Amino acid sequence: MSTPSGKLPNEALQQSSVNVWATVELGLNEIWAHKFRSLLTMLGIILGVSSLVAMSALVKGMEKGAKEALIAIGGLEEVRVEAQDLPIEEQNRKDQAVGITVNDVYALAANAPLVTRLSPEMRVPATISANGKTFRPFFCMGVWPVALEMNQHVIQYGRMFNEIDDEMARSVCVIGTEIRDQLWGSPEETGQDVIPLGRTIYINGLPFTIIGMFEHYESEQARKERELAQLEAQRNGGKKPTGPKRNRGWSGRDGGWVFWIKNATIYMPLNTAWMKFRAGVSRAAANNTGPGPGGATGDPRLSSLQVRIASVDLLGTALQQIRNVLMFTHQGLEDFAFRTQEDWAENINTFVHNARLSGGIIAGISLLVGGIGIMNIMLASISERVREIGIRKSIGATTIDIFVQILVESVVIALLGGLGGLVTSFLLVHLIASFSPTDNAPIITFTAMFVAFGFSALVGVLAGLFPAFKASRLNPIQALRYD
Amino acid sequence: MALVELRNVTKIYHLGGEEIRALDGVSLDIQAGEFISIIGPSGSGKSTLMHILGCLDSPTGGTIQLDGVMIQDASPRQLAAIRNRKIGFVFQFFNLLPKLNVLQNVELPMIYSGVSGKERRQRAMKALEAVDLSNRSKHRPSQLSGGQQQRVAIARALVNDPRIIFADEPTGNLDSHTGEAILALFRKLSTEGRTIVLVTHDPEIAAVTPRRIEIRDGKIADKVDERLAGLDRPLPTAPAAATV
Repeated sequence: MSTPSGKLPNEALQQSSVNVWATVELGLNEIWAHKFRSLLTMLGIILGVSSLVAMSALVKGMEKGAKEALIAIGGLEEVRVEAQDLPIEEQNRKDQAVGITVNDVYALAANAPLVTRLSPEMRVPATISANGKTFRPFFCMGVWPVALEMNQHVIQYGRMFNEIDDEMARSVCVIGTEIRDQLWGSPEETGQDVIPLGRTIYINGLPFTIIGMFEHYESEQARKERELAQLEAQRNGGKKPTGPKRNRGWSGRDGGWVFWIKNATIYMPLNTAWMKFRAGVSRAAANNTGPGPGGATGDPRLSSLQVRIASVDLLGTALQQIRNVLMFTHQGLEDFAFRTQEDWAENINTFVHNARLSGGIIAGISLLVGGIGIMNIMLASISERVREIGIRKSIGATTIDIFVQILVESVVIALLGGLGGLVTSFLLVHLIASFSPTDNAPIITFTAMFVAFGFSALVGVLAGLFPAFKASRLNPIQALRYD
Repeated sequence: MALVELRNVTKIYHLGGEEIRALDGVSLDIQAGEFISIIGPSGSGKSTLMHILGCLDSPTGGTIQLDGVMIQDASPRQLAAIRNRKIGFVFQFFNLLPKLNVLQNVELPMIYSGVSGKERRQRAMKALEAVDLSNRSKHRPSQLSGGQQQRVAIARALVNDPRIIFADEPTGNLDSHTGEAILALFRKLSTEGRTIVLVTHDPEIAAVTPRRIEIRDGKIADKVDERLAGLDRPLPTAPAAATV
């Protein structure tokens, strides 16, 4: 039977289906046979993946710290209305510029529906003293009780002053923990939580009764550190920790100062501040030559006005409403300005974006270098295995089989490196966190791990393509002759 | 019909602008079950002929029919599949993979034909039994003697039950005693009905086979050189099973 048809039967055409797992096992054997060389090759990927994950964790930690601080000062819905110098063309009417007054607050409450909360603030530059000690708090101001809600304060001990205290202009105040720490000592120093309720405090020489104290504000990281220190103190049998005292003041660390400011606050009723001190200072007040505080109207001048608007999406509209009302009450004089926290939020986002980008590029480059290392070693490996490839081809391995074999080897190296990199990233993050200047613990995210691992797989494929192509094109006859 | 039919096969190499006719119009039939030696001095073209017969290479011209299939124009992938299923190779330098053990080496062709793991092991063990090496299945090739390695290579060539086995100087790297044992193994396989083609330049080996083909300058010599073909020696007692 002579079949000059030139056609091959199906059996011969049918593609041999090599077990994928067998190929992977082959790759693993090959890697295991050259342990040290494989480890060195993987090192590039390990470093690349771990630096990618660690970088992302650091940025994430900073972002979280910054966002925490942003929320601590009230979030994006808060707008501060402050007095401002008149524009140059209105300077002739300077004497009529009264600044922000309590009258404005009532006008806004009645006429600006997008404003949900109004919190007037009358700032008093104060020196406080008690217990034989003196301290200048960061904020000492007369406010309405609503300030508690506006500025995200929480009373831990005692109570907030109420509308009656305000109406009667009682000499009462609510303090932050930093005030207590400065005057009576912090729990860490004294070993006991001093609750100075009912005690008398002198603000600019005038006696006030403390009726409430806020809780201690701190970033999550600071809280963890403090709890750890407590735990260690207990373990040491109540012995006080030795060594230098921890800096609790203006540490200049990311976001930490926001919490310090919040703790160094003292609130009194608005009317009390007005009656006792007759003053709300503002930025513009210093060079204001107009009538004194309150002016001819006797309308208490405020340092600033905190406003909460209905929604961030309506920020522009709400600001326009407020401007309209104030322009009316201020007789067309724009002696006020708005300060929103959008700038800050934007700064955070820009910073995070930039840090991600630069870190990502660096990590990407080290992954690339790792990939080049893999390609290099795969090329060396196939040139010392020419004979093996020839043997495999002579017993029936197709071009594709060889291609897949080399590619799988490369990918297996990269994936092992990727896994190693994920493990290393945890160590690296701990290492960086131990001497980095940030207070914010790095956060390793699954996304970062997934992306880094995915990139290592991609690098493995890309690095393997050329060597695999080269190996698969070897002529079996020449490969078998090769020594 | 013949298992292998070569018609007017040529193979031309170009080396630095010079044309080398490694094979020049070779026509040849090999019947199933034959035990053949291809002889010829080095450079005669016998290796080229084996490579083309073994589907490692494609001819420049002519037709080849293997087991009823025309293969002169087959793609590399088709040739690989034919090598895998229909052809077994035994080489001078054994060509076992040093990193795999004996069993894994024998299993290798079945990996490329997609045989399941369990069946692979069974068939590999059977092939090793056939060459009397089943007790060495876990050894590395480097732990075996040359003769044993060659027997492993033969087991590997047999394991996919090929239609034809090509042995390229299978005893060339062995001492004469071990070489004889290997040749005896080939004779035994031949009596079992295997088709075997030995490529050699050694008259003593050629003397073993009932049929000899001599290649000279890329052509099949009309008359076999008796001294080269070992015809001046008496034929060994082992008979060829198939008709010549």
